[in-house]
Amino acid sequence: MRDGAPQLQAYRIATAGPGSRAALAIACMILILLAVLPAFAGRNLIQDLIFLFYMLALAQCWNLLAGYAGLISVGQQAFVGLGGYILFALTLLAGLDPLLAIPLAGVASAVFALPTALVVFRLRGAYFAIGSWVVAEVYRLVFAQFKGLGGGTGTSLVPSITSNVLGIEWVKSMFDVRTPAARDIISYWAALALMATTLGFVYVVLRSRRGLALGAIRDQEAAAAGLGVDIYRLKLAVYVATAAVTGMVGALIYLQKARISPDAAFSVLDWTAYVIFIVVIGGIGTIEGPLIGAIIFYLLQRYLADFGAWYLILLGTLAITVMLFAPRGLWGFVAERYGVTLFPTRRRLVSGAGKGKGG
Amino acid sequence: MTGWLDALIQGILLGGLYALFAAGLSLIFGVMRLVNLAHGDLIVLAAFIILLLAEKLGLDPFAAVLVAAPVLFTIGFALQYALLNRTLGRDLLPPLLVTFGLSIMIQNGLLQLFSADSERLRSGAIETASIALGGGIAIGVVPLLTLLSAIAVIVVLNLIFYRTPLGRAFRAASDDLEVAQLMGIDHNRIFATAMGLAFVVIAIAALYLGLRANFDPTIGPARLLYAFEAVIIGGLGSFWGTLAGGIVLGLAQTVGARIDPEWQILSGHLAFLVVLGLRPRGLFPRAVD
Amino acid sequence: MTLLETRNLVAFYGDFQALYGIDTVLNAGETIAIIGANGAGKSTYLKAIAGLIRRGADSVLFDGTPIGARPAAAVVRLGVALVPEGRRLFPSLSVEENLLIGGHGRKAPGPWTLDRVYSLFPMLRERRSEASPVLSGGQQQMAALGRALMSNPRVLLCDEISLGLAPIVIADIYAALPRIKAEGTSIVLVEQDIAQAMKVSDRVYCFQEGRLSLAGRPGELTRAQIHSAYFGS
Repeated sequence: MRDGAPQLQAYRIATAGPGSRAALAIACMILILLAVLPAFAGRNLIQDLIFLFYMLALAQCWNLLAGYAGLISVGQQAFVGLGGYILFALTLLAGLDPLLAIPLAGVASAVFALPTALVVFRLRGAYFAIGSWVVAEVYRLVFAQFKGLGGGTGTSLVPSITSNVLGIEWVKSMFDVRTPAARDIISYWAALALMATTLGFVYVVLRSRRGLALGAIRDQEAAAAGLGVDIYRLKLAVYVATAAVTGMVGALIYLQKARISPDAAFSVLDWTAYVIFIVVIGGIGTIEGPLIGAIIFYLLQRYLADFGAWYLILLGTLAITVMLFAPRGLWGFVAERYGVTLFPTRRRLVSGAGKGKGG
Repeated sequence: MTGWLDALIQGILLGGLYALFAAGLSLIFGVMRLVNLAHGDLIVLAAFIILLLAEKLGLDPFAAVLVAAPVLFTIGFALQYALLNRTLGRDLLPPLLVTFGLSIMIQNGLLQLFSADSERLRSGAIETASIALGGGIAIGVVPLLTLLSAIAVIVVLNLIFYRTPLGRAFRAASDDLEVAQLMGIDHNRIFATAMGLAFVVIAIAALYLGLRANFDPTIGPARLLYAFEAVIIGGLGSFWGTLAGGIVLGLAQTVGARIDPEWQILSGHLAFLVVLGLRPRGLFPRAVD
Repeated sequence: MTLLETRNLVAFYGDFQALYGIDTVLNAGETIAIIGANGAGKSTYLKAIAGLIRRGADSVLFDGTPIGARPAAAVVRLGVALVPEGRRLFPSLSVEENLLIGGHGRKAPGPWTLDRVYSLFPMLRERRSEASPVLSGGQQQMAALGRALMSNPRVLLCDEISLGLAPIVIADIYAALPRIKAEGTSIVLVEQDIAQAMKVSDRVYCFQEGRLSLAGRPGELTRAQIHSAYFGS
């Protein structure tokens, strides 16, 4: 017989570490800096950053879909285009303020995502990928039929709409700029807000119980199902949520461009190929990865896009090389080498005082 | 009435072309569970190769495809052996992304080499020849040949798969790769052989693609979608199913076009989604996936 | 004459070590049995020899030559065939096609042909055109054995061929082993059924948690020895 019960060590689950707390503080400071940027930045930088922000938002969504829920979609452009067209419809045809139209576009995308998922979820793996592409094509072909929105050639936002965005007068007087620049600044803040909330949302989700379940699905779907994770509902939730965000991004993009056409709005290259490139190069399945990837992509786009076909061949080669030799992307490679995480979502078992019931 | 009958016939003939597009995809997926997102672009690439051979060697496209076939077999074999074999494994992402990257590279490579101009394979009188069926309906010789070639390709593929040691090895590798290795089957070579074979089918598909219509470097992705739709509608694991799928797709498109010419492609996609909604495993599934 | 040898064979599944330095010898003409509890590493041992999992280049020797660096497809071509655990016939192939594919890789001459295999397992001939999944467990096991024989192996590795089968069926399958032995194939038998294993083998090895715990001839080992080697003390 043993004498006396063994001492139980107390453990607790920790997610954050000292490095990540510092990173969070720095991130907040950067956010504040970005928010006041329009006061002293030129219009070109503002426009560049808008591009960076919305590509990053799209990348975070795709990362959540493919890297965590295992839904490798090649059809997210469906919701970009949908969001754009809903914005145009609401502003041109219903006279709504564009800034209000953005969240409505998100809602509409979520609504459309439900029946879309019902069909597309019948496919698995690579078939799901192509099926999602087919759905996007259907959206494109259908919207090309709406003569009221320009049909196959598309349409533009009239100045009466673009000059009357909520808050534009305030911006014009505050920063002493003219209408087009003021519109850019408002788009910039909207993009910043969207990007930051998407990042925050993804981070919060992944740290929650749902996030744990998602990680389980990503790693071993059958096992996760065996443990009671409701795979279908979780995947559906992720699909609808990312559709909503993607729709809002689409609305924002086309508000800023002020011109839409089916081929541009539903472009596989612009809204899927580039996004996938960002996530893959940066590192799939991490939050930092798409961030790194977006910055790299922005730089490549800025300096090399003029090379046209050669630029795309380069992107394709880079993507293939990274996929073959560093499948976790650049960030994944660095993180594994040096054990660094900026936005940690992994749970670690830490020994120490907690709610231990030992003794 | 003849308009509808004509749409029916044209749909079946168009289905032959789609079945050719799909047969290669079906073969590759059947053997190695690889979905090649560059499939459509490879068909376009093959069409350009046939065009080049026809022009440089002064050959009729039908002869050029005979020269192109072994060339394409080798390209397919090498591509699989050197590149795509490395992507196969449990993870879905690498083959998808690598073939997606390939798709972009092929499209833009072709753009650089050939510009965005439309091309066509020329074969003289046969292009416009047709057979009158009476009642004002005629069948184009090229579309008819397309359908007949599709049937021939499927017959040959079935023969290979079900009557030869190579086909036996394909089926075994597809069933259980680990145990197939225990039989002495080198998966690298067997997959490369399958891809080479698929490339020959792609060459034949390219021939008829180029004869029937203009082609340019950007039309690849649309062909991939048609091929994929035909495979899914028909059902996995059956080559005859793929033919049926192609015909269903072709019919959906021509019937849709009859209602409104702008609805041709959309009708095809909608038919695909309907079949997917009602019969997720396709109309004639065979494989246990 | 040593036909197959393992020297300090180690094996991992990811970070988990399944074998800790196994030394075994199979001489030509012998039948050896590998016994041990579930998870002791017996199947891992066979898979390592067959080349399905990574092992050290020098840890497996066939006819004196190190084969540890060779992939599975090459190992069978040398004349070492594995009958995998759970039979694992190819569902898309008929019974006959399963047998034929056994001879796909190795083209060496030998006594085993389709006819010979059918004469060893007559009921397979009756069901030659049927799809393999419709066969009973025992028939599937015979087909799996026959499939491995079609490569005319010099060494036959059998992974739990009695698993899940009724005693009378097991007896039928084991009745085939002497004939296989007589045609010149040496056999490594991984078995949970200790009694059967001891009856047909010349020597026995016992595995326990990835290590060799016992080696000897069936006649010379006591029950107590086997018990403690199997379960550990």
